[in-house]
Amino acid sequence: MSKANLLERRSVVSALLEARKDAVVVGGLGASTYDIAAAGDHDRNFYLWGAMGGAVMIGLGVALAQPELPVVVITGDGEMLMGMGSLATVGLQQPKNLTIIVLDNEVYGETGGQASHTGTNTDLVGVAKACGISDARSVATMAEIQAFAASMQDVEAGPRFASIKIDSANLERVLASRDGTFIVNRIRGSLGFGPI
Amino acid sequence: MHARNEASTEAAPSWPEDIFEILQRFDVRQVPYVPDAGHSQLIQRVLAERSMRAVPLTTEEEGVALLAGAWAGGQRGALLMQSSGVGNCVNMFSLTQIFRFPFLTLVTMRGEWGEFNPWQVPMGSTTAGVFELSGIKVLRASHAGEVREVVEAAAGQAYNACTPTAVLLSQRLIGAKVFVK
Repeated sequence: MSKANLLERRSVVSALLEARKDAVVVGGLGASTYDIAAAGDHDRNFYLWGAMGGAVMIGLGVALAQPELPVVVITGDGEMLMGMGSLATVGLQQPKNLTIIVLDNEVYGETGGQASHTGTNTDLVGVAKACGISDARSVATMAEIQAFAASMQDVEAGPRFASIKIDSANLERVLASRDGTFIVNRIRGSLGFGPI
Repeated sequence: MHARNEASTEAAPSWPEDIFEILQRFDVRQVPYVPDAGHSQLIQRVLAERSMRAVPLTTEEEGVALLAGAWAGGQRGALLMQSSGVGNCVNMFSLTQIFRFPFLTLVTMRGEWGEFNPWQVPMGSTTAGVFELSGIKVLRASHAGEVREVVEAAAGQAYNACTPTAVLLSQRLIGAKVFVK
């Protein structure tokens, strides 16, 4: 079941995004979106409050449209399990600028801490690899996270996938904007696209 | 006639070409799809077009999310699917209202007009209703001669007015799938 020496999610996400530069960052619904908000609001933060299972595909849509920009999806194990087929879709498209990070606490934290499949038999790194995302790994230390964060800026070497086992503590929510048109139009504006 | 598996013995219909031309004219760049026989000609055209990215999906809801991301990144897209896939998308359709992005989907119909397979009928019968309940406008083309103007109207309201729109391409247009001769 849970392993020892698990990382703390807010420190992990802060380290991942500390030198994000121009990256667009998609946060899966629930705690991942709060983590991204806690690391600092940003014009290119793509906060999701629903659409469970869609985070990777939203990231893929941005990545294909903006191949020169790093695009980073940060989501949870439950959200990733619901959209597992999207790893096959990414494996087929091979977007070189897309990074997928799963913050894996092995539970559905937002709904009461029910066990997810990753706590027993499901190995998401294995799934990602088997779907053709050859750069798929487990990341277990803050030093590895810092090295991985630097690699996210390389838009020629993706797609890459990382699973980071984190502790399952429920932290205070840091509420991002939940107005979808604001969120998406702010990203578009930062990329130079106006309203219709 | 109208048998999808006999298409190779007949002249290719021109309406998929009409759709392709409209997608090009509206600068559609990402075309996610779950394959359907009725879309096969259009899919071939998209796969061969360098300005478009064809994105095969494992399930149709992926395409709704992809198009939301594409829009955030400055590109337009259109989702190709069969009526049975519409039910797979229901929760993801929320994104069309949440982001108010230009959503266009072209849906080949099953479960109507001489259907052989009863398993297609329940979803085919509720396809238009599911879209309407999800806040997506529904237009339908039943004859080859009207495909161009229907898809053009749909693309216009989707891309110019950010009005999420589905075009149902009737089984009458495509031809009922023949299982036994």
